[in-house]
Amino acid sequence: MKILVCISNVPDTTSKINFTDDDTKFDTNGVQFVINPNDEFGLTRAMWFKEKQGATVHVATVGEATTEPTIRKALAIGADEAIRVNAAPTDGYFVAQQLAEVIKSGGYDLIIAGRESIDYNGGMVPGMIAAMLDMNFVNTCISLEIEGENATAVREIDGGKEKIATSLPLIIGGQKGLVEESDLRIPNMRGIMMARQKKLNVVEAVGGTQATKDVKFERPAPKGAVKLVDSANIDELVNLLHNEAKVI
Amino acid sequence: MSVLVYTETEKGKFKKNAFEVASYANAVAQQLGTTVTAIAFGADNAEELGTYGVSKVLNVAEASLSDFNARAFALSIAQAVSSEEAKVVLLSSSTDSKFLAGILAGKLSAGYAPNVVAAPETTEPFIVKRTAFSNKGFAHTQIDTDIKIVGVSNNAFGVVENPTSADVAAFSPQINESDFSTKSVEVDKVVGKATIADADIVVSGGRGLKGPENWGLIEELAEVLGAATACSKPVSDLGWRPHSEHVGQTGKPVASNLYIAIGISGAIQHLAGVSASKVKVVINTDPEAPFFKAADYGIVGDAFEVVPELTEKLKEFKAQNA
Ligand SMILES: Cc1cc2nc3c(=O)[nH]c(=O)nc-3n(C[C@H](O)[C@H](O)[C@H](O)COP(=O)(O)OP(=O)(O)OC[C@H]3O[C@@H](n4cnc5c(N)ncnc54)[C@H](O)[C@@H]3O)c2cc1C
Ligand SMILES: Nc1ncnc2c1ncn2[C@@H]1O[C@H](COP(=O)(O)O)[C@@H](O)[C@H]1O
Repeated sequence: MKILVCISNVPDTTSKINFTDDDTKFDTNGVQFVINPNDEFGLTRAMWFKEKQGATVHVATVGEATTEPTIRKALAIGADEAIRVNAAPTDGYFVAQQLAEVIKSGGYDLIIAGRESIDYNGGMVPGMIAAMLDMNFVNTCISLEIEGENATAVREIDGGKEKIATSLPLIIGGQKGLVEESDLRIPNMRGIMMARQKKLNVVEAVGGTQATKDVKFERPAPKGAVKLVDSANIDELVNLLHNEAKVI
Repeated sequence: MSVLVYTETEKGKFKKNAFEVASYANAVAQQLGTTVTAIAFGADNAEELGTYGVSKVLNVAEASLSDFNARAFALSIAQAVSSEEAKVVLLSSSTDSKFLAGILAGKLSAGYAPNVVAAPETTEPFIVKRTAFSNKGFAHTQIDTDIKIVGVSNNAFGVVENPTSADVAAFSPQINESDFSTKSVEVDKVVGKATIADADIVVSGGRGLKGPENWGLIEELAEVLGAATACSKPVSDLGWRPHSEHVGQTGKPVASNLYIAIGISGAIQHLAGVSASKVKVVINTDPEAPFFKAADYGIVGDAFEVVPELTEKLKEFKAQNA
């Protein structure tokens, strides 16, 4: 089985979000970039398929040279090879077109992407790829088993979960649950050394169109001070929620 | 030309978000000087959408399309887009709508803007405001493709009545057997209880509650309020509560009217996923807990004392206001 894990390079979850150039660009100053958490769960599940079922695992990212530390980290965690499509990931549609090309030429059986990138929160790339390549697709995937050509997946739904039977080739949008938090791996020295020897193929973008662009950003309005209610006076909270906030 | 909105149903009845996206669709249609067509799968009272300004409903009656299937539904909606010559397609932010949105965008070669919080700022060019960076910012996103797909954030636009009479027509999409190659084999879902995705009120517990045996506190409070229950990430990592209740940046997003956080410190990753809620109440023993900075109302106190009393007071309040 040949697996491709799609990795988006995102600001660490603790990052402060600021904008520059008259609020038209995300300010990367001082921001630490990491593997998108949803993709890290997927990559860890891919390592399980590698170790238990002999799968080959490649990782791909669409991004400029600055994303290489993130992709090297994926190699250090244990991916066999990496592909970087050398282009700025301008929008979800453009990224999906680039990855669809990588998938077509690589002959992958299973594509593991994430439910969403935690930066722009698109949540669209895997679905778009599924449509472009007419592949089976399961989103918000929290469990995945493969046997031969058959796949059993569980997806989260509003208020519960749904078990799905499907087959390869398959693309998923994964998230926590695919593996547990405690299964995530921190690359060790050996992994980091080995990653230096592994192939990182840089390919040029295929044309592609950008469907959307963010023309301006804005930070949320600053929050007013909290109204504290004394714990001896809980009636007051009920009163405020009813008469002031009007939410009960 | 028209605006097409996908209105979700559950066992034949429209979900609350269906009326919200229909209301949004009506606002877009007015800006564009056109009308709203809805597509629904097996709606019992399709004409109900007229209340929110929908003038035509394509109701899919095929038995094979009675249960949600992302690919089959996306292809059906794509066919409705072409028969109606729709230029703008509206979806909700439910898990199902987000599942099919990418497929639909890929099929229609359309740009898609998710998590949109307001009616378009302009339609030429087409620009919408949406949340980004997990609620730590907003983006004004321009969609440049001929067909535009907009995912409307829960609870952001609201339900707006605009009564008209809706013509209901049967719609029979052409879907092949091979389009059902991902099959649902089992659904495990709480029934009769509000879910995090559509609840007006969410009551959430953190590590401050000490253990799963204390969750009765959260559940009783949620019950009085008709609220969904949720939790912080460590609580689900520890197995105190199911993963499906984990909210935050890497869990489910919450956009309720009221979010009550009990024994939750308010780490940045937690806040990122819940800050779209309109009113936040925090109950925490530690006056320095970061959550107080992001809250509207707070009580510094012990959950084990404050919550049972709050539950009692709310019961009295509900009894008086019933
Ligand atoms: C990559 C990444 C992603 C993450 N994603 C998420 C996410 O999506 N969602 C999320 O929630 N977290 C997430 N986290 C974890 C986050 O950083 C915090 O660790 C977590 O939110 C803390 O949970 P907590 O508030 O329940 O526990 P704690 O931080 O332990 O806080 C417990 C709180 O309870 C209070 N308390 C104690 N006793 C009582 C009492 N008797 N009555 C009232 N209050 C009491 C304490 O004062 C304290 O404030 C993520 C972390 C990382 C690194
Ligand atoms: N630039 C990128 N390079 C590789 N994969 C990406 C990129 N952007 C998004 N993806 C994948 O698509 C998923 C969903 O991303 P998005 O649609 O941007 O929210 C991510 O979790 C990744 O798996």
